[in-house]
Formats: sequence, structure tokens, C-alpha cells
Amino acid sequence: MKITLNIWRQANAKAEGHLERYQLDGVSEDMSFLETLDMLNEQLTTEDKEPVAFDHDCREGICGMCGVVINGAPHGRYSSSVPTTTCQLHMRSFADGAEITVEPWRAGGFPLIKDLVVDRSAFDRIIQAGGFISVNTGAAPEAHSVPAPKLESDRAFDNAACIGCGACVAACPNGSAMLFTAAKITHLAMLPQGQPERYSRVKSMIAQHDAEGFGGCTNIGECASVCPKEIPLESIAQLNRDLMKSLFRREGK
Amino acid sequence: MTTTAPAKKAAVKTGDPALAFYRLGADISDSKAPDVDIEKMWKTRQFQAKLVNPSNRRKLTVIIVGTGLAGGAAAATLGEAGYNVLNFCYQDSPRRAHSIAAQGGINAAKNYRNDNDSTQRLFYDTVKGGDYRARETNVYRLAEVSANIIDQCVAQGVPFAREYGGLLDTRSFGGVQVQRTFYARGQTGQQLLIGAYQALERQIAAGTVTMYSRHEMVELIVADGKARGIVTRNMVTGAVESWFADAVVLATGGYSNLFYLSTNAMGCNVTAGWRAHRKGAYFGNPCYTQIHPTCIPVHGETQSKLTLMSESLRNDGRIWVPKKAEDCTTDPRQVPEADRDYYLERIYPAFGNLVPRDIASRQAKNMCDEGRGVGPAIAEKDFDGNPREVRRGVYLDFSDAIGRLGKKTIEARYGNLFDMYLQITGENPYEMPMRIYPAVHYAMGGLWVDYDLQSSITGLYVCGEANFSDHGANRLGASALMQGLADGYFVLPNTINDYLSTGPFPKVDATHPAAVEALDAVKGRIEKLLSIHGNRSVDSFHKELGAIMWEFCGMERTAEGLQIAIGRIRALREEFWTNVHVTGVNEDFNQALERAGRVADFLEFGELMCIDALHRRESCGGHFRAESQTEEGEALRHDDEFAYVAAWEYGGEDKPVLHKEPLVYKFIELKQRSYK
Repeated sequence: MKITLNIWRQANAKAEGHLERYQLDGVSEDMSFLETLDMLNEQLTTEDKEPVAFDHDCREGICGMCGVVINGAPHGRYSSSVPTTTCQLHMRSFADGAEITVEPWRAGGFPLIKDLVVDRSAFDRIIQAGGFISVNTGAAPEAHSVPAPKLESDRAFDNAACIGCGACVAACPNGSAMLFTAAKITHLAMLPQGQPERYSRVKSMIAQHDAEGFGGCTNIGECASVCPKEIPLESIAQLNRDLMKSLFRREGK
Repeated sequence: MTTTAPAKKAAVKTGDPALAFYRLGADISDSKAPDVDIEKMWKTRQFQAKLVNPSNRRKLTVIIVGTGLAGGAAAATLGEAGYNVLNFCYQDSPRRAHSIAAQGGINAAKNYRNDNDSTQRLFYDTVKGGDYRARETNVYRLAEVSANIIDQCVAQGVPFAREYGGLLDTRSFGGVQVQRTFYARGQTGQQLLIGAYQALERQIAAGTVTMYSRHEMVELIVADGKARGIVTRNMVTGAVESWFADAVVLATGGYSNLFYLSTNAMGCNVTAGWRAHRKGAYFGNPCYTQIHPTCIPVHGETQSKLTLMSESLRNDGRIWVPKKAEDCTTDPRQVPEADRDYYLERIYPAFGNLVPRDIASRQAKNMCDEGRGVGPAIAEKDFDGNPREVRRGVYLDFSDAIGRLGKKTIEARYGNLFDMYLQITGENPYEMPMRIYPAVHYAMGGLWVDYDLQSSITGLYVCGEANFSDHGANRLGASALMQGLADGYFVLPNTINDYLSTGPFPKVDATHPAAVEALDAVKGRIEKLLSIHGNRSVDSFHKELGAIMWEFCGMERTAEGLQIAIGRIRALREEFWTNVHVTGVNEDFNQALERAGRVADFLEFGELMCIDALHRRESCGGHFRAESQTEEGEALRHDDEFAYVAAWEYGGEDKPVLHKEPLVYKFIELKQRSYK
């Protein structure tokens, strides 16, 4: 296959960025999207040009490290027939001769580092605000001492599947990280172990979410439609319900 | 660690070619496991350990490198205890460590199934599975703390699979006869890691742990005989900095990425371990790597990594290749039954497609070497270095199972795996037989540690896949997660205090000669890499090294092949340092430079791995020496000569030094495996 790539190049957060055009020949349809970027970088290295910086690690769709906007959609969601991460998108999703535009996540909460790489540490700080259950090592009761109903447990799992990639933020016209936050809230709220801190957690995490410069949620739903792990939009409704309840309680920020 | 005079029977025959590559040093042994009955050992050690008063803990600093199951769990736990923890990872967030990719599950001796499981049985299964090359004392403790892990994870909110009664579900896994594997769909590693990550973030918020992500450890600082710090490169700014502590913990994972194509993440590397090795930490059993039989095959030269599919697929799929080479390119559905070779069923009638991982892997290679592989022809080099093209794939066919059980049943059992296969290959496994091929995915070898997980450098501890402990020559399924969390949550936090109680140690800072030397060495190395301006990319060296390792130190190893490999690695390493092209500058986000440093270390480590494989003239677990097999072609151990851990000391310009730790089996009897 022959491919034309328009890739966002930007030396650092302060520099001006621009789209640069590259031609690639000999792309195989079995290659993953990131292998195509590898191929381009090999070519650039041979020409003594600076390779394109992009984040990636496991390349099997689970670590959440990779993520670029492809033809306007995070992880190239609308080029693929199934929800996907960038690393699991393959070139057979594109026609021979296709022109593909590749950009970084763009959101107020994700400052750019270089080219396609952004800083997502705000997500870690949202978790620090309360996305955990306070139990020290060694202090746990026997695992079967507290049964967890299967239905709720499965729903907890559906939300715990979030990989923290940030596609939801990149897709949102408001630059909101509400789906990410809601996934953690719902995961822990559905488990008996998560109850003691349930309402302080939601208040503190939302406060941190807002402090990080993410926008508010207006129920547009772009986030859920690009989520590689299919975190449902209704998790945000769960978050809102818990947040409402928390306003009548004293704990939390 | 204690050393004794070299064993009298030097255990080497004249004419052994390995002798040209190493020197024999004194035997070593673990001095930390108390000499009591194995059931009382861990409790005794915990009682013997000296303690640190809670109010003194914040005065003690511990550096932990890595945030996977072992590192993340250790950082959170030591933070909770009140130590001042500095935690480092190369990823952008601690949640991304490669523990996240583990699919299958985690073993624990809970005996929830009432199926005769016990600490004793998990201990026995693990030692046997490791082909009797693991240290008994460490394995027993692993089995002993396994049940606590499940309690801890459930309390953290890990959503394990549950039954309708609300209690935990378990399944069987990897050739054992009890159902002791806890799981969270096909994402057990992810869920356990998120549990550890949440505990870690809680400590970061509490101020006991300071997190440095996008920081790569590039050197260890050993001052006055003790590990006292590390040097890191800030991967965003390029700043090279030194950090100081009372103890250093490496939890930096395995080295399978040495093979370039593996199921490891792209960033997985040996650098932290290798840098420590160069500073005096012994490397244990580097030749023990595990190869997984059911991975998606290579599609071509641009392949960057391999994806593993759960080997549960072998329960219902039948593995075959065409009998005639000319059928290798025809549609497999058109190959008549009589022209198919179900080779595992043919060679191993009793176990068939369910033979252990190493056997299934080796036979797949044999079929492809014979020219009966399927799928795309892959360019590679043969034994003599000449280019050739080989089809590297065998069929895993579900048509019988679909006919017998119906598509619905197969979908319920393997639906997610079939979807994954379809997404990666574009072929629908409900209609077309899957193609599979083995790939490297775990390193049993690692830095040598004693019962306390302390390396041969005082004050340097090693946890999880990064150490050599617990799995011997072969790891059982669902045991990697168990070991990572056992080390991180329960073992290290109960042993490191024994050492820390002798601190705080005299202050070491950037002016200490050892720190100055380490920092200068790192800067010099970076400058050198950037100044070569050669003609080959870093990746091209990594790929070539991987191909050498895979051909000669992969599924099957021979004395002749390993010697060829050592020669080629040396030549490649020389070329690397004169002809590599690393673009850009240090003071920037420079991924080519990051990779160059890692590949440079792989080029040194690969040689040691081949030397270890060459010296071990027996087959055991993941290490198959063609010269040592039974008449039926099975692995043949030589317990009289090789029942020891090979702990390698860095030799500098000279040859590496082999220290043997004899394996003493007091509680388990050594037996030869058989799967006929």
C-alpha cells in the first residue's frame, strides 16, 4: 500500500506546531498503525531527520500508553469497525493511497510534550484525590468474609476495564474527563468494599477533575463512542447520582 | 550470602567448549533462610528480623525502581509503613507497567474448591513445574503468602470473577489438578495492577511516596560497598540526575525484549538489572526464558511485537501442518484430512495438543524448519548466516470442535480471543483455522537474591520478574502475578527492615566519588551514543540481535550454535558502537536515545545469556539443549552435575565468573518429567 501521512510536528509545548506531509510506500495491510509510524521513523532516521515522537508500550491494547487522533477520531475509531486502541488499529482499515491525518490528544488538561506526546499526569492526580479504597497491606479481612453480588461485581468490572488512555478527553468538545472519572467512581461504588468512602470519593475526585482544567460534561456522548474499552455513558449518570447524594453529606472536599 | 571454596568435583569435563568463555568462582549459598522445618521458616525469619521503630521510619529513604505488581505493591506498602519512598518508572504513569498485560489469572492456595489444595501442594507443583531448578525455601514461602494476596486484592476492590452466591470463582490452569486460579476475565494482570496502583496513588497523596514517572534508571550508585542510589535520565528534559537512599529496590521486570520480538511491552529492558550486574550484583540463570506456544505469528519484517493468546485454546483446537510442503500455500480448508499432519497427536498420543508449553513450542519450530510451516514466508538467516525464507506458523483448527460443540459453545469459551485474532490478522477463526507460533514471554532468570530478596550487593533488593527466584527453569501459568505481589506486598516489606534497622547510614550525596563517577559515566555514554552518527538505526541492531538470540538461544540450543551466537553478538556489539545512528540531542524528549541505551545493554547481556546456556549441558524447563534429550526427544536433566543455580559475576574486560549455588532438596524428591 501507498499511504500519505499528515503528522502534527511540534518541538515542545512552547514551539509552534504544524502538519507535515510524508509519503510511505510498501505498507502492508497486516501492519498495525504504530508499525507504520515505526516504518516512517526508520525512513526519517535514514534521512538524518528527527523521528516522530509518539507514546506506546504494550502494543496489545491494555496499557493505555498509546493514543493519537486519526482523521479526527481518537484511536482512529471511525476507521475501525470495532472499538480499538491506536496500537490495535491495522492498516487494512485504510484504502491503498489513503491520506491520513495524525494529531495528538488536544485538551486543556493534557499539555503537549512533543509531536504526538502529551502529559496525562492529571489522571494520576484525580486518582490520588480518592480513586482508591483505604486499606493497608496486611489489614485485609479474609476474601470470602464479604460476598459481593455478581451483578454489581460485573458492573464494577465493566468500569474497571478503563485503561486511562485519555481518548474520552480528546473526543470531548468540552475537554472533559468525566468518563474517566466516572469509570473509577462506578467501579468502586459497585463493590461492598467501596462503600465507606463512596461519597467522599466522588466529591474529592470531581474537585480535582475541575482543578486540573478539564471541562464540564454536557452529555454529548463522544467520549463513550470512542472509548476502546466501551465504558458506558451511563457511568456518568451514576457519578452524577452519587455526587448529588454526597452534597447532603459532610465528608469529602 | 556466604561463599565457600569451589566444589571439589569441578563438574566440568575436559573438552567442554564453554570453558573458554567463563571462569569458575567459589560456590555460594543463601544464609538468610533459618535452619528450621520449612513450615516454620518464614515465621522464624520474620521473628528474627530486626525492626525499625515507626517514628524512625520516615528518616529512612528507599528507592524503588519500577511500578508493576512487585514495585507498585512494595512502594505502597513501604509508604504505608512510614518509610520515605522514591518511586521511579519509565512510563508516563505507574499504572502502565507491563504486569498489566497478564491475561490468565493468579494462583493461591485457598482451597475454596475443597479439592485437596494446600500450601504444601502449591509448593510442590511450583518446584516440579520449575523442573527442580528453584530454591525450595523461597518457593514454600511464596505458596504460604499466596492466600493473603487474594484477601488484600479483594479489599482493594479488584473485581475478581464471582459466582452468583457472591463468592470468588476459580479455574484450573496450566497442567495442575486443582482449581486454584483466581481471575478477572482475561485481564487479571490489569485489575491486580490497578489495585496496586490505587494503593500507590493513595500513598503519593499522603506524601510518603514521591513518584517520578518518565524517569529511566541508567546507573546504580554503590558507595562504600552499599547500594546507596541511582542515576536517572529524565525522559522529557534529558536531565541526568542522581538520587540517594538507604536502600535500593529493583522491580524492573524481565528481559525477554532482548529477542526484539516478544510478548513484552516495547519499553521492557534489562538496563537496570544489567547496570546493577556491572556494579557487582550476580545474575542468576539468565538462560531460563519461557516460550509460549500460542502467539499470533509474525506478518513480516515490520513486525514490532507479538501478541499472546491464552493457551486454553489448545483445549479444543487441533494443531496441524500439511504433510506436503506444496499444500502450505493452499487454503487450509481445501487440504484433505489424509494430507494433514496432526503432529502433536501423532508424537504424543497420551497428551496430544495439551503437551507442556516447551514441547508444543519446540515441535512447532521443527515443523516449520522442515518446510511445512504456513502463513507468510519470513526472511531470516540460517545457521550459517545465509538468507532464507521460512513460513513460521502452524494451524490451530477449531472446525472439529465447532462441529461437535456448536459455534455458540466455542464463542462462549473463546469469543474474546477469536475477536482479538480477527482484529490483528483480519482472518475469521470461526471459518478459517488460526495460525499460531511460539514467542518469548517471560524470563525466569534474573538478578540473584537470597531469602530476604537481597542481591549480592548489600542494600540492593530485587523483586518480581527481575529476580531469579521461585520459578526455577520454567514458570507455571498464573504464577507470575502471584510472585510479583508476594514479593511486593508481603516478602520485601518484612525483610528490608532487617537491613534498614542498621541505618540511617552515613550521608552520601552528589559529591561522593562513587556518585560523581556514576554520573560522569552516564553522561559520557550518552555523549558517545549521540556522537557516532553511523549508518544504522538502533532498531536495526535490536532486530538483528533478536534474530541471533531466537535462532541460537531460543527454543532449542546446541553447543555449536551458541558459540556462533556469541561470536555474532560480539561483532554486532562492535558495529553498534561504531555505526549506530542516534538522532537528536540529549536535552529533549528523544526516544531513539532511550532505545539506544537499552539495546547497548542487551548487546552485553545477550552474550552472558548464551554463555550460561552453553555451560548448562543439560535440558531443563525452558532450556532445551539438543545434546541432552531422551530417546523420545524429551528434555533430559543431569541432576548430578547441574542441580545448582548459576550466579554470574561480572568479569569486566575478562570472562564472567560462575558461582554455583547448589540446590538442596530436603522436602521434595527430584524426578524426571514425563508427558508420554
